[in-house]
Amino acid sequence: MSDAPQPLLDVRGLQKFFPITKGFLQRTVGHVRAVDGVDFTVNEGETLGLVGESGCGKTTASRCILRAIDPTGGKILYKTRAGRTVDLAALKPAELLPLRAEIQMIFQDPFGSLNPRMTLLDNVGEPLLVNGVGNRRERADRVAELLRLVGLRPEFMHRFPHAFSGGQRQRIGIARALATNPRLVVADEPVSALDVSVQAQVLNLLLELQSRLKLTFLFVAHDLSVVRHISDRIAVMYVGQLVELAPTDEIFLSPQHPYTAALMRAVPVADPRVHTTDGILGGEVPSPAAPPSGCYFHPRCRHAQARCKVEAPALREIAPGHVSRCHFAGDMVF
Amino acid sequence: MPPILIVIEEAVNADAKTPLLSVRDLRVSFALDEGLVRAVDGTSFDVMPGQVLGIVGESGCGKSVTMKAILQLVELPGRITSGEIRFRRRPPGQEEGGEVVDLARLAPRGALMRDIRGGEIALIPQEPMAAFSPVHTVGDQVIEAILLHSHRWSGERKLSRREARDITVGLFRDVGISMPEQRVDAYSWQLSGGLRQRAMIAMALSCKPRLLIADEPTTAIDVTTQAQVLALLRDLQAKYNTAIIFITHDLGVIAQMASYVVVMYLGRVMEQGPVDDIFHVPKHPYTKALLRSIPSLYGETRVALPVISGSLPHPFNRPAGCPFHPRCPQVMERCSTAVPSLQPVNDRQLASCFLYNDAVEPA
Repeated sequence: MSDAPQPLLDVRGLQKFFPITKGFLQRTVGHVRAVDGVDFTVNEGETLGLVGESGCGKTTASRCILRAIDPTGGKILYKTRAGRTVDLAALKPAELLPLRAEIQMIFQDPFGSLNPRMTLLDNVGEPLLVNGVGNRRERADRVAELLRLVGLRPEFMHRFPHAFSGGQRQRIGIARALATNPRLVVADEPVSALDVSVQAQVLNLLLELQSRLKLTFLFVAHDLSVVRHISDRIAVMYVGQLVELAPTDEIFLSPQHPYTAALMRAVPVADPRVHTTDGILGGEVPSPAAPPSGCYFHPRCRHAQARCKVEAPALREIAPGHVSRCHFAGDMVF
Repeated sequence: MPPILIVIEEAVNADAKTPLLSVRDLRVSFALDEGLVRAVDGTSFDVMPGQVLGIVGESGCGKSVTMKAILQLVELPGRITSGEIRFRRRPPGQEEGGEVVDLARLAPRGALMRDIRGGEIALIPQEPMAAFSPVHTVGDQVIEAILLHSHRWSGERKLSRREARDITVGLFRDVGISMPEQRVDAYSWQLSGGLRQRAMIAMALSCKPRLLIADEPTTAIDVTTQAQVLALLRDLQAKYNTAIIFITHDLGVIAQMASYVVVMYLGRVMEQGPVDDIFHVPKHPYTKALLRSIPSLYGETRVALPVISGSLPHPFNRPAGCPFHPRCPQVMERCSTAVPSLQPVNDRQLASCFLYNDAVEPA
């Protein structure tokens, strides 16, 4: 089985707790369990979509992978370009440095993520400068190449970000992320700040770049139709936990967790003949500092039974490659 | 006796058929140092009593400025340069009929406009976090609105603070806020996004408006909370028969909420019609392109989406002729020189496009 998917990234039991401090001495009185034992893999060349409501821990998890913040526990196994497998969570900052070029990020806000006082040449070329790639001339050539790659004219490189629209700025952000020839790109809500017509252009660009450059994407977003469009597999998070992970078609056809099903029903369908008013999820996301007992989703779940209140369900495989954290997955249609 | 009956019937009929709000050839421009930005450039539409009208468009299409013009909230250097905003006022003690005023001519800070704003036309803003003051409780802010418009609740008699507070608790209960007696004393930053938006809706409804303007009320909140807020607005609309202008860029929300849709682009109405026609038999090339470019929950995945070529022009570089012509797949020669006017294409839809009608907008 030589063509079996090779995991590029293997996240095991990832945890990130933020301390809650109180009083003058800032004593720690508790923890916000933002990410609490998350497992998933991202295969080489695929897009894994990570979805969930605000506060579910999807952004925290992705920042841990980038080591923008340090995880509390767990392993982040990454297969480097050289073929070695390293645990990103355990590496010292100096050991991490050479790997930074391989893992890059595309940000949500195209207005806040570019330095307004730097030209495109400096903005896009900064990762090259930091990594000590080439001289000034070679960097300018590379920036020109990158701008062409994302559909911008190389002549723009001496302009400043304010001269560009939201969609163009997001292209600039993508060019910067690609400057160091990364293998894994973490995209945190890359199209949610864009207009509908521009969003389609950027999604197309991401798909095209992925197949041209053999990129692997971890795509974090809350818009299910966008995630569905771009992802091979989808992971759903709720209050710091992974509740379901499956191939895209399968998860949409037969969701095996009531939360996933409720999320899908909540998406307003762009067709007035389809009414999306049934089964609206009541209540609110509980605080990760004080999650409910048993299954975290039970207070909002319409299928909840006595067992759900006391017994926390484990993540189990329902079908090959399809896992769910529900006692009744496989026995019930949600 | 019979004459009185006839008068009542006339009033009822007039109300069902005549618009509550009628915007005609509205133009709003901003005089900036760099030049004149025509944010709204000849917009016309009607809102019927009890109707949910959706205004959809991308950023810079003028949908928010139109809303601000209706409420006379356009800030300098912006100015309403021409056009009419005819609004039918609620006659005292009655639900039907009423005199018509042109809001575009009212002084923004005048007594009449201040009475209408908040009293008869209310706004649900996009970001409730920014709309509520963080240093007063949400209850106090709703009470303030009720006391300002207290004649709508008690006629000539002044409402007491205690009464206004009771009304507020009732409103909070109406919009589905649990423990309303405690929540009126909360500050906006103590409430979750969904509760904050519910409190905002309670405030908007506090003076029993005839027209509610919801400006992207759910863009800042999660999908599941969005579904709750949309369901709430639908229920309240059915209960009070309030007309709603629903402004959004989300075509899904429009499809689920509106009964009539206005599609705007660069300050002009491209197309308008009943929601089913707009989504199933769109006429204007812009509407068609917009609908094609959204990923759906049913389409094929990981394939290139059809896109609208090019990007939104900069406001200082408005194209001559039809504003959409540089990006239009069906562009014709005259599109770059003359502006098509909004004309009926059938008995339900109107479009501004030379494909359907040769009528030119007077310069």
